[in-house]
Amino acid sequence: MVPGCRAAVSDAVTRLKLFVPLLAFAVLAPLLYWGLGRDPGAMPTALKGKPIPAFTLPSLTTPDAQLDQALFAGQVSLLNVWATWCPSCRIEHPYLMHLAEQGVPVFGLNYKDEGEPARRWLKDLGNPYREVIFDASGRLGLDLGVFGAPETYLVDSRGIVRARHVGVLDERVWQKEFAALYQSLQNPEER
Amino acid sequence: MSFVMGCAPRRKCQVIEQRLPLAPARAGRFTGLGRMLVGFALLGVFAIVSLPSPAAVIETEALSDPALVARYRHLIDEYRCPKCQNQNLAESDSPISKDLRSEIRRMLEEGASDAEISEFLVARYGEFILYRPAFHSGTYVLWLAPLAFVALGALILVAVVKRRRRSQAPGLQAEEREQLQALLGRAAQADQLDKPQ
Repeated sequence: MVPGCRAAVSDAVTRLKLFVPLLAFAVLAPLLYWGLGRDPGAMPTALKGKPIPAFTLPSLTTPDAQLDQALFAGQVSLLNVWATWCPSCRIEHPYLMHLAEQGVPVFGLNYKDEGEPARRWLKDLGNPYREVIFDASGRLGLDLGVFGAPETYLVDSRGIVRARHVGVLDERVWQKEFAALYQSLQNPEER
Repeated sequence: MSFVMGCAPRRKCQVIEQRLPLAPARAGRFTGLGRMLVGFALLGVFAIVSLPSPAAVIETEALSDPALVARYRHLIDEYRCPKCQNQNLAESDSPISKDLRSEIRRMLEEGASDAEISEFLVARYGEFILYRPAFHSGTYVLWLAPLAFVALGALILVAVVKRRRRSQAPGLQAEEREQLQALLGRAAQADQLDKPQ
C-alpha cells in the first residue's frame, strides 16, 4: 500500500469513530424513552388463566352470609380490591358507580379493612358492588397476589381470571385494557 | 499551593505569592496523605450511614428453632417486595412485605421446604418476586447481559492495548533532536528575561 493511501484510510477510520457516541445515543435514547413511559407497577398477574382462589369469607354488607368462589360463576365480572385506608380508591369510586350503572357486574374485595368504616363508605358514597367480600386478614388478597389497593380483576363466567389492572380504574384504562376483552368474553360463541 | 497554579504567566503568580506570604504554608496543611486520610474517613462515614439495618424488620422471635431462623433470614433476602420493587422482603416495611414474611414464617413452622415456599410465592406474585429467576427464554437476557458486557469490555481493552503497543512513538531522529534543543534553549532564555530583577 502507498503510505499516503494508508494515511487516508486511517484518517477515514478516525473520522468514523467520531460517530460512535452519536450511534450510542441513537440506540440508547429510544430505549430510555420507552423506559420512562413504562409503569413499573403494571405487572401481569400470575393468576391469569387460572381460577379465582378458593375462599370462604363473610359478606361486608350482611356479615352473617358466607361468600365463596361460586360468586363469580355465570357472568363476566370485575373484582375490585378496595379499602377505606386507600385514597386512590376514593378517586376510583365514581367510575365504578358509572360501570355498575352501565350494567357491568362489579364485585368488591374489601381488603384489610374494618367493617364499620367500610359500610359507612358504601352508604355515603354509594355502593357499586353486587357483593362485597370482607377480607379483614388479607388472606384472599394474598392468594390473589394483591400487593396494594386499588386493583381490579376481570373474571370470566367460569370464574377464571383474565386480566388485572393495578391502580385506579378509569375510562382510559377501561377502554385500553378491559373493554374489548369484556365484550369478547360476553359473547363466547362469536370467538 | 493549588490556588496559584491556575494562572498562566509566571510573573503574576509570583506577585500573588509575595502578597500572601502565609498562603503556601496554610494551603499545605491538607495535601497528600492528610487529604487522602480525610477522604477515607468521609467514605467510611457514608458507608456506615447507608448500611441497611435489616434487624429492624425481621421478626425472628416468632420462630421456634434457630435452624428455621437461619432459613428465614436467607429466604427473606431472596424475595423481592412486590410493592417496593427495589427492596427485598427483609428490607421492606410495607404491609404486603409484612404479610409475606408472616406467611413464610407460618410455612416454615409447618415444615415446608424452600422450594415449596418459592412455589407458593411465584404462584401468587409471579416470577417477578424472585431475585434469581430460573434461566429460560424470558430471563436469558437478564442472565447473559452482564457476561456479554464483560466480554465486550475485555475486547475493547485488548484492542486499545494492542494499538498503544503498535503506535509507540519511535525515538527522535537527530534532526528532530536538534530542533527540540533549539526550542528548549529559546524557552530558557525567555525565562531568564521574565525573572524580576
